Amino acid sequence: MGAHIPILAIAVPLLGGFATPLLAKLHRRLRDLWALLVVLFVGACVGYVAVHVFAQGLWVYVLGARSPQETLAPGGFPIRIMLVVDGMSAFMGIIAGLLALVAFPFALKFLPEEEGKNLALTLGLLLLAGILGMAYTGDLFNFFVFLEVTSIAACALIGYRTWTSRAPEAAFKTMLLYSLSGLLFLLAVALLYGEYGALNLAYLSAQLRGSRVDRLALALFLGALAMKAAAAPVHFWAPDAYGEAPAAQTLLLVVNTQVSLYGLWRVLFTLYGGVWDAGLGWLVVAMGLLTLVVAAFMALLQTDLGRLVAYGAVSQIGYMMLGVGVGLATLAGRPDYGLVALKGGVFHMLNDALTVGLLFLCVGAVEWATGTRDLRELGGLGHGLPEVALCFLLASLALAGIPPLNGFASKILIYEGSFRLSPILTAIAVLASILLLAVYARAFQGAFLGPRAEVPRRVPAVFLLAMAVLAVGIVVLGLVPGFFLEGVVTPAAEALWRGRAQYLAAVLGG
Amino acid sequence: MTVVVRTVARVLFPVALVFGGYVIMHGHLTPGGGFQGGAVAASALAMVLVAFGAGRLKDKKGLLSALESLGGTAFVVLGFLGLGLTYFANVLAGSYGLFGRPVPYGPNPGDLNTAGTLPLMNWAVGFKVLAGLGAAVLLFALFGGEDDR
Repeated sequence: MGAHIPILAIAVPLLGGFATPLLAKLHRRLRDLWALLVVLFVGACVGYVAVHVFAQGLWVYVLGARSPQETLAPGGFPIRIMLVVDGMSAFMGIIAGLLALVAFPFALKFLPEEEGKNLALTLGLLLLAGILGMAYTGDLFNFFVFLEVTSIAACALIGYRTWTSRAPEAAFKTMLLYSLSGLLFLLAVALLYGEYGALNLAYLSAQLRGSRVDRLALALFLGALAMKAAAAPVHFWAPDAYGEAPAAQTLLLVVNTQVSLYGLWRVLFTLYGGVWDAGLGWLVVAMGLLTLVVAAFMALLQTDLGRLVAYGAVSQIGYMMLGVGVGLATLAGRPDYGLVALKGGVFHMLNDALTVGLLFLCVGAVEWATGTRDLRELGGLGHGLPEVALCFLLASLALAGIPPLNGFASKILIYEGSFRLSPILTAIAVLASILLLAVYARAFQGAFLGPRAEVPRRVPAVFLLAMAVLAVGIVVLGLVPGFFLEGVVTPAAEALWRGRAQYLAAVLGG
Repeated sequence: MTVVVRTVARVLFPVALVFGGYVIMHGHLTPGGGFQGGAVAASALAMVLVAFGAGRLKDKKGLLSALESLGGTAFVVLGFLGLGLTYFANVLAGSYGLFGRPVPYGPNPGDLNTAGTLPLMNWAVGFKVLAGLGAAVLLFALFGGEDDR
């Protein structure tokens, strides 16, 4: 069975999603147990894959072939569906597995039965399958299919609270953007298919000449994936979506934006790695800066705790794009510090998953306890919910990049790398961080400080456990960043940095 | 709806279902397949909804939802059949068992008993699409009534 682990990480949550409504008809506890087992299995799978890939390099798995390593069909052409897991894919898989492991136990308690818990669990598992599919696939068309799987599952999760007025609106807005993003992506794939007659990522990468059509396809890829990753100026779906989806499932939406970003890295570094130019890096840097500034300013204006945290999450996407963009811009000329920025950008994905995940869990716990997220009504919760207040404070500080928490570890790398490219970039990024600190200080003060307020509902132990896992992660990653940087982040960054040749060789041979 | 529409719907309902089944069953031989056949069969449900109103099919929602989940589950499980080689490997093709005859060479009228797991997957997808599309249309038709999920 060991040889099939990468596909099991995708097939099992898919099976889990389809079987959930059936099991719910038998017994609710059985369904809950099933969802937990599936997520545990997925967590074990992505962990195994990551350990294997970090130790032994790329893992290729071909579907429907005689053997999992038979990448080329007779005639020497890679026509089959295949998974190609390199360091970056494995890293993305870890993030998805980690957040799913936290989100599902939380969701089992958080979602009320009469609101359609079956649907939310089913959609959550399908979303997880789609995310892992995007992370592991080595085929552009499959990437598109999984992109659509995540789009549909995500939109349905956002519009899950159909009886409110805002959730269907948020879902509709998101659906519009996701559909547009999917169509742009499909058009780009169609252009490349028309030109080269192939859909395999490695094969296309080897064939790509940088023609006008290729450039047009790249623009479409960039637009599609930036839209889905909530980069400014097409970020406006994200605050609505994050705010309206049930808190636990928002964690999966966060991974969903990150895996779209991963898709962007894959397109820029692997697919277009042979015909790249420095202007592309600057474009990503510019989008990143715009995202982090716009989102930080927008966060300032919010009165809804969920939307405020959501804008903070969007601004973190900007930091990742800044880090990786600097890496891309210096890929050929000044590789020494470009790699630092790239590592920072990649590391920030993991840190963002932990901190933003924890913030959303805090929002969920506040909503559970008080029934509202409106900062104008909240206040004084720190007396009744000290654990939640502590977690919120910890995550806020980590998000703003205060040492010794994990956000500092990755942001300092991004600052260091971008400073060498242009100090202005660093200055803007630091200012946005300070702005975010102000925003979160205000939110913390508004929700948790002040005279003691009644807390109508106790926060269950599962919530606190899920939050504790992320909080411990934040502190540990902040205290010993070097360990994780060497063990997990460096292989992922290296896979983007110089991994293209190995990626192509693993699929095309020789 | 008028008696003309109802009568035509009565006549066409089994025809549309059979045609949907035909398209699914010949998915590995002719254009079409599970999705297309399922959509054709779901159109039969839509026709009944238009002709007789949603009330007649209201209690079928649970059945459709179960059928959809079963179809999806069956599709993924069929993929697991290949795990001896790889996921989705077509182990039934050429085995002389179910759908196991080798594909005949040259011009021929088409042998239904070929292609291994593909026809089974077509059926799984067909049922999923029939139930999923049918349930979606039914929910639209019931919209405005009380939501009793």
